[in-house]
Amino acid sequence: MKKKNNEFKIKPRKMKKKGSDLVFDFVKSFILVVFTIACLYPLIYVISCSLSNGAAVDAGKVLLLPKGINLESFKQVLTDKQFWISYGNTIFYTVLGSLFSMCVSAPAAYALSKKRFGARKVINILLSFTMWFSPGFIPLYLNYSQLGTVNNRWMILISFGIQAFNIILLRNYFESVPKEMEESANVDGANDFIIFTKIYLPLSKASLATVWLYYAMGRWNAYFWSSILIRDMDKIPLQVYLKQKIIDQSIVAEFANAIAGQQYSYNTIIYAMVVCSIIPVLCVYPFIQKFFVKGVMVGGVKG
Amino acid sequence: MKKLKEQNKKKLGFKAAWLRDWRLWVMITPLLIWLALFAFKPLTGMSIAFLKYNPFKGISGSKFIGFENFTNLMFGPSSEYFWRAFKNTIILSGYGIIFGFPAPIILAILLHEVSKNSRKKIVQTVTYAPHFLSEVVVCGVLVTMLALNTGLFNVALDKLFGLFGVDFNQIQFMAESKYFRAIYTLSGIWKEAGFGSIVFFSALCGIPEELYEAAKVDGASRIKRILHISIPGITPTIVIMFIIKIGKILNLGYEKVLLLYNPSIYDKADILSTYIYRMGVQTNPNYGMSTAASLFNSLIGFALVILANRISKKFSETALW
Repeated sequence: MKKKNNEFKIKPRKMKKKGSDLVFDFVKSFILVVFTIACLYPLIYVISCSLSNGAAVDAGKVLLLPKGINLESFKQVLTDKQFWISYGNTIFYTVLGSLFSMCVSAPAAYALSKKRFGARKVINILLSFTMWFSPGFIPLYLNYSQLGTVNNRWMILISFGIQAFNIILLRNYFESVPKEMEESANVDGANDFIIFTKIYLPLSKASLATVWLYYAMGRWNAYFWSSILIRDMDKIPLQVYLKQKIIDQSIVAEFANAIAGQQYSYNTIIYAMVVCSIIPVLCVYPFIQKFFVKGVMVGGVKG
Repeated sequence: MKKLKEQNKKKLGFKAAWLRDWRLWVMITPLLIWLALFAFKPLTGMSIAFLKYNPFKGISGSKFIGFENFTNLMFGPSSEYFWRAFKNTIILSGYGIIFGFPAPIILAILLHEVSKNSRKKIVQTVTYAPHFLSEVVVCGVLVTMLALNTGLFNVALDKLFGLFGVDFNQIQFMAESKYFRAIYTLSGIWKEAGFGSIVFFSALCGIPEELYEAAKVDGASRIKRILHISIPGITPTIVIMFIIKIGKILNLGYEKVLLLYNPSIYDKADILSTYIYRMGVQTNPNYGMSTAASLFNSLIGFALVILANRISKKFSETALW
């Protein structure tokens, strides 16, 4: 039987790979592999250094895997009270800030998605305008200080609550909800409030999550205005703390006398700080990645 | 149902529209208040550009001096700094366009040619990741890695040279201005190329598979398929992304420059937005000139966006609005 079968089998016509294709394949794989490694390597290096002996890192002995593994650098970072205060502040700004943003953005985006809404065009233009035209540093700063944003946690939440791009994104999502849904609800006597909360919100959970993540990401990474508007050390977010420690190198003065003969060095402490600050992002990244990709697809080009 | 649709289409009187839509107004009011307070109220502050601004007297109490701030800025004693910043902004943006713009396109095209889905996923997951790091973290790690004596780059280069028995003089990456543009551009590509490729990749996925099949049957090589199918297929996306990029020439990411530069490399690193910032926060702040510079920046930037959009409308179906 087997033999027979073989006889009838038509040999699949093998596409001959051309020489140029082979070269192309090689170049393609090479570029992709190099770029992927380039993206991954700094992360591995930073983690390895944070776990290594300070002297080994400073001497350049750590290139890929940690040498002289110890947790001393993390101990130094985690025993700094200011680190925890800043971390708590960042969580505060991120959680409540993105909540505020969503409470304002979602209803507004719903209204803007309705063609029958008279002011739709004007408000859309105003929104786009805010995206492309900035009043500049001094006018913005004076406005914030007039409104009392300086050193005020709650005003920080409100002042940076809205991103025009995110509202446009959400509006685009809502526009893609089938009209029949609304029309049938209309017949049943439902008003806009009910349609919004009972139909639109449950239908667009994934989209809401996307926009919420954009807002949360923005808050978590926010640096510039926080560094200018927040003066009290007990209100600064993590990014401002990291900037002071790493880039202004206040860390050098702090450890000036205590660094010699230790398991840690400036470098390992800096890398340990970085690891601590990106761990939450790294942990959720695999799960949230698809939402961000979705956001780019819907809102990406137009905005 | 049809009746309802017609009703919706018909232009209603003001009162009837209000009765039907007042709930929408309620829903959008918080946004309107926010826009008024945080987006449009500061626009009035731009008048400072035409004032000899006195912080204690406010806008209404300050003297109107016409275009003096502007002439001072562009032709006054410190005008060289303004023009230096202007030049640097354009050059740094130019680097971003020449090197930074093609990177995600190339990445997307190559990724599209990968046949194994699992490999695609790995490359995508890894290369998107840097986008999610904050500028502070990226710049902090960069500065630490580029440091003298203990930084990864200097140590690694030292070892590499050592292999060949050549003496190596440490490079002051952050203190010599000639390295700044390369550092800024390359780290920008590292951070954003992966995430930027999503737009192009999804455009590539929209090209019908039959085109590739037909080309294969005709014996077209992979390079030919890319040149004649892939690239023409995503040209509209490339055009509009390019136009956005042109429109943003003056709105460069200043946060990163602010984190990376220092006085010794201002000659290459100082851009308009950092110059505006410094004029506003220096010990002897010049609010008028700073605002004049940002008005100049914003107006040209806005004109560029509108112009770019106009061109895009003309040459492709796509436009920003």
